[in-house]
Formats: sequence, structure tokens, C-alpha cells
Amino acid sequence: MEKKDIIQSFKDSLFTGLIALALFGPIVGLRTESKGEGLFITPQWGLVFLLVGLCILGRFLINLNSARKTEITFFSKFTSKFSVITEDKAKHFAITAILFAVVFPFLPFTDRYFMDVAIMILTYIMLGWGLNIVVGLAGLLDLGYVAFYAVGAYSYALIATTFGWSFWICLPLAGVFAAFFGILLGFPVLRLRGDYLAIVTLGFGEIIRIILINWYEVTNGPDGITGIPRPSFFGLPFKRSPDEGETSFHLFFNLEYSTMHRIIFLYYLILILALITNYFTLKIRKLPVGRAWEALREDEIACKSLGVNPTNTKLTAFAIGAMFGGFAGSFFATRQAFISPESFTFIESAIIVAIVVLGGMGSQTGVVLASIFLIGITEMFRDLEQYRMIAFGGAMVLIMVFKPKGILANRKPTILMHGDKK
Amino acid sequence: MLKISNVETFYGKIQALRGVDLDVNDGEIVSLIGSNGAGKSTLLMTISGVNKAKRGNIVFNGENIENKQPHKIVDMGISQVPEGRRIFSRLTVEENLRLGAHANEKGKYFENDIKEVYDLFPVLSDRKTQRGGTLSGGEQQMLAIGRALMSKPKVLLLDEPSLGIAPKLVNQIFVSIKNINKEKNVTIFLVEQNAKKALELADRAYVLVNGKVTIKGSGQELLKNKDIQAAYLEGGAKN
Repeated sequence: MEKKDIIQSFKDSLFTGLIALALFGPIVGLRTESKGEGLFITPQWGLVFLLVGLCILGRFLINLNSARKTEITFFSKFTSKFSVITEDKAKHFAITAILFAVVFPFLPFTDRYFMDVAIMILTYIMLGWGLNIVVGLAGLLDLGYVAFYAVGAYSYALIATTFGWSFWICLPLAGVFAAFFGILLGFPVLRLRGDYLAIVTLGFGEIIRIILINWYEVTNGPDGITGIPRPSFFGLPFKRSPDEGETSFHLFFNLEYSTMHRIIFLYYLILILALITNYFTLKIRKLPVGRAWEALREDEIACKSLGVNPTNTKLTAFAIGAMFGGFAGSFFATRQAFISPESFTFIESAIIVAIVVLGGMGSQTGVVLASIFLIGITEMFRDLEQYRMIAFGGAMVLIMVFKPKGILANRKPTILMHGDKK
Repeated sequence: MLKISNVETFYGKIQALRGVDLDVNDGEIVSLIGSNGAGKSTLLMTISGVNKAKRGNIVFNGENIENKQPHKIVDMGISQVPEGRRIFSRLTVEENLRLGAHANEKGKYFENDIKEVYDLFPVLSDRKTQRGGTLSGGEQQMLAIGRALMSKPKVLLLDEPSLGIAPKLVNQIFVSIKNINKEKNVTIFLVEQNAKKALELADRAYVLVNGKVTIKGSGQELLKNKDIQAAYLEGGAKN
């Protein structure tokens, strides 16, 4: 390497240090602590110094390496090998993953915390798969997907608390409501694509959240809805002491009462819901409407000249994507037993979009890996408190640097007809 | 079969077609030649309903279609191979063909239709699991034509099938167009800049200048026309 390059990369890493200082200075350097009657600022310049130093050093090392192109190519080779393996053995991988998911609650190391994280990851997987229909297949960038999640959760909560209907009746109703809102969003954005569509959907997500806050008579505003009924195991509730004339789950099966029963049941519930979403997507991809979604993503004018009706195609994509968001929403409501507009902020939409994009647009397995990676990482670093968002951001940057098209970028062709294989 | 009278189409305030009159009879090959920006592609898009005519009529088999939606027009039997092919590049060859059958997909005739396309363009059969974007320009053009044929059109609108394709493949594609016309009995309306090829192939032809038809006649007549030779043929031969 020439001397000029070294000086260049040294300058570059100093600049990186400057950016790091600007970021870490206020975020890390000034720590607010509540002591007694007020907030006090404790400076932590030592830590800032350390972090900035690490950034400068890291940048310098990356610069040196990229000049030699060793580290990076090694890393991307490793990851591309990984994606080739999973593509080739996608079926085996899927079966193993499903089997693992099925036995997961009974593994010796599985405790309540693991189960909660697993349920959360599965919820995001389901949301990711739902959004994948809209973003990955139909190519309509929807930044307001959380709106349908919210509609599902609120319709479930309102129906269940008002009429007292069971989960299994409310679930499809919530899905229908969400699908209806999907069509509602679909109509005004039919002519939009790309950035413009993204802005409008972003607005739609916020509108729904603001309506939820302000429509006090129905939604109870920022206070949210409490006392949402828990799901029952085909009519058997999970209660320690059942009401008069009721048999609860543990009595019916002659088990000792444990709160884990309900958690395990919720786990299987979301697992089944997520798998239904996946199965549905894989099937619909092979039907004319699914193919039309993908064609629309590629070229709208060609679609029109071939007789694909873009209006219906877009609306079905929005409606079906929204429906699965609504299912996930009702699951969320029944699991939490309490919902408020707080849970449906833009960051949720952003996380779901991130999962779809980082997973590799349109890849079902990619969504799973990205959810585990992103949600898992933020959970793993929970001890770091607010810094875990840095881990979250770092994870995203790493994926985009090494796999710019997502974890699993290569989608297999949907159809292999006449029995050939390449 | 297809009668276009006094059609005017605008892009915003800019008028692209200034009263086009033209007709295509059953079983014919009709060519439309003209230079860049004459309005050739606009005319095809107007027939397909992707662009709407502001004035004038388009009648297909006795029915007015100028206000119909594009997918309705495809259902009626007018299919377009758009300029620049517009292949769905991330879908496979076979998926592209299936999408062509979208208007017609009852599944029943699909197997047979797709076989006919593969017989017409055997190279597509070899590449059916390959992504559309990985084909060569000529192969993509074949795929675009095959895709349009999947909806069983009565009229096939072709927009510059020779654009950006190796000369050897251009010949092959023009032979295929002739075959589609003669064997499958599909009426062809061909828009081309390659005037010589287009006129040789055509039963009848029109010349479009500045959004208006200026000359019409049989393909042979137009080939001998002095003005056309000067404007479109000799210039083309030199290049």
C-alpha cells in the first residue's frame, strides 16, 4: 500500500471519529439520572472517548482491509455460501425449522423469558410474511403497515369486550376489518408508485393511530382498552379457579395449574397463524393473482398491455396483506389483554419493513432469519438498556453492507413446469 | 376489423396524434412506418387503451373501444407487444408466458397454447426456467411476442420488434411474424422504424408524420415511392 493511501485512510478515519463524537457526545456523554427531586446530568467523557477511539480505529482498519480486499471478501464469501446452502436445501431447512419451533416449548432450557421472546419473534415473522405480500410480491412499498395491525387489534378488542364473543369468531372478523381498511387505503393510492406511495402509506399509518387516540368514545383514547378476554383452549379457559359451571384447562387435563400453559398455547397459536400466512403466500404465488402481483412489481405498462387489471391486482394485494396484519393484531390484543395507541407507532412499521427488506424482498425464509436476527438482537442486548437500539441499527447496517440485496436475495423461480430441474 | 378514425391523443398539452385515420382488415399484415416522435407508439398505446384518445373513434369488430379499459381490450382480442419488450425480468420465461395467458387463463388450453409458443420459438423452451432478464435481446423479443400470443389475440400489435436486436435475429423474428399471420391467422399491425423490412412484409402500409397519416398504399407501392425512398429507405440503407 502506498503512503498516500495510508494518509488518505487516516484522514477518513479522523472524519469518522468526528461524526462519532457528534453522535456519542450528547447521547452517551451526557447521562441523565434522576436523584431524588430532579434530573441530574452526569458527564461520561471517558466512555465517549473510548467509543470514538474505537470508531476511528475500526474505520482505519476497514480502510486498510478494503485496500487489500481480504476481510470483506472473506466475509461476503462466507455469507453467500450460507445463502446458497439455504437456497439449495430450502425444504430441509424449512422442515427442520418447523420441527424445532414445534418442540421448542418443551426443550429443557426453555423458560418463560424465552417463550415470550419466541412469541414476539413469531409475531414479527407473521407480520413480515403479511407485509411481504404487499412489498415483496406486489412491490408496493407500504410504510404504514402497522395501521392494519392496529385495526386488527382494536377490532378484536372492541368486539370481544362489547359482545363477549370468543377469540375464534373475533379473529376472522378482525381480519375482515383489516382487509376492508386495506382496500380503503388502496383506492386513493392506485396511481402511485415508489416514493409517493411510501409517503401516503406513512400518512395512513399515522392517521389510524391519531384516530385511535382521539376517538375517545369508541377507542378510549390514549388510555387504551383493558380487560380483553384471553383466548380459551376450545372453550376451556386458562384459569386457576374457573367460574361456576366452567372447567378450566388444567382441571380438564388433570394437570397442575401453571401460567406456562397459557403461554405455550399462545405460542402454538401464533406459530399456526404464521404458518398459515406462509402457506397461503406460497400457494397464491402460483395462482394467476399472485403471478400478477409479481408482474406488477416488474412492469406496470407491460401488465396493462397483457390484460392484467392493475386496479384489482393492487387492491387484492393490499387487502390480503392487511388481512394477515389484522390477524396478527388480534393475536397481539388477546396476548396482551391490553392495547393502547402506544403500541402502534411508526417504529413498528419501520421494523416490519426492515425485516422484509433485510430478509431479501420476497423471500419467505429471509423474513424468518431477519426477524430472529433483529428482534433477537434487540432482546439479547436488553441489559444494555437504551443502547440496544444501537445494536439494532448496527445489525441493519451490517446486513446492508455485506448483503445489499437482503439475507436471502435469490428467490427460486416459482414454477418449474414439465418436470425439469436446472 | 380495426378501424381508427380521426384519433387525437395528448400528453398533457402536447398533442401526439393529430387525427389519425387508418384501418386494418382481417388477416392482413399492416405496417406503420415513421421517424422518431411521429406518434407510432402513442397510436399503439391508444389502441390498447393505455393512453386514452381525446377525440376520434376506434372500432374493433363493430364495437367502440376508445373508452374501454386496457384489460377489457385484451379480452376482446387485441394484444400488444410493447416497445422495448418490457419482459418481467425477475420472473422466469414460463411465468412470463403464463402472465400473457392471464386474460385467458382457464387453465384448459394453457398447456396447448404454451406448446404452440415453444414450437414457434424453440429457444424459449430451452430456457423456460431461466429468468426473463437473463435472455438476449432477440430472445426477449421472442418471449414478448410469445407472451402476447398467449392471450389468443385476433390482432397482434407489434411495436418496433427490431429495436436493439442483432440483424440475424431480426430476420428470424420477421419470419416468425409472417408465420403467426399465415398459420395462426392472426392479423398483424406492425409499427417499425426499419422501413424496408416492414414494407417488404406488409400487405398494406401507412406513413405517419407528425401525428398524421401522410401516405398509404400497398407495401410494394410504398417501397417504390420516391418520397419514401428518400426519407426512410435510402437514408436507412446508408447507415
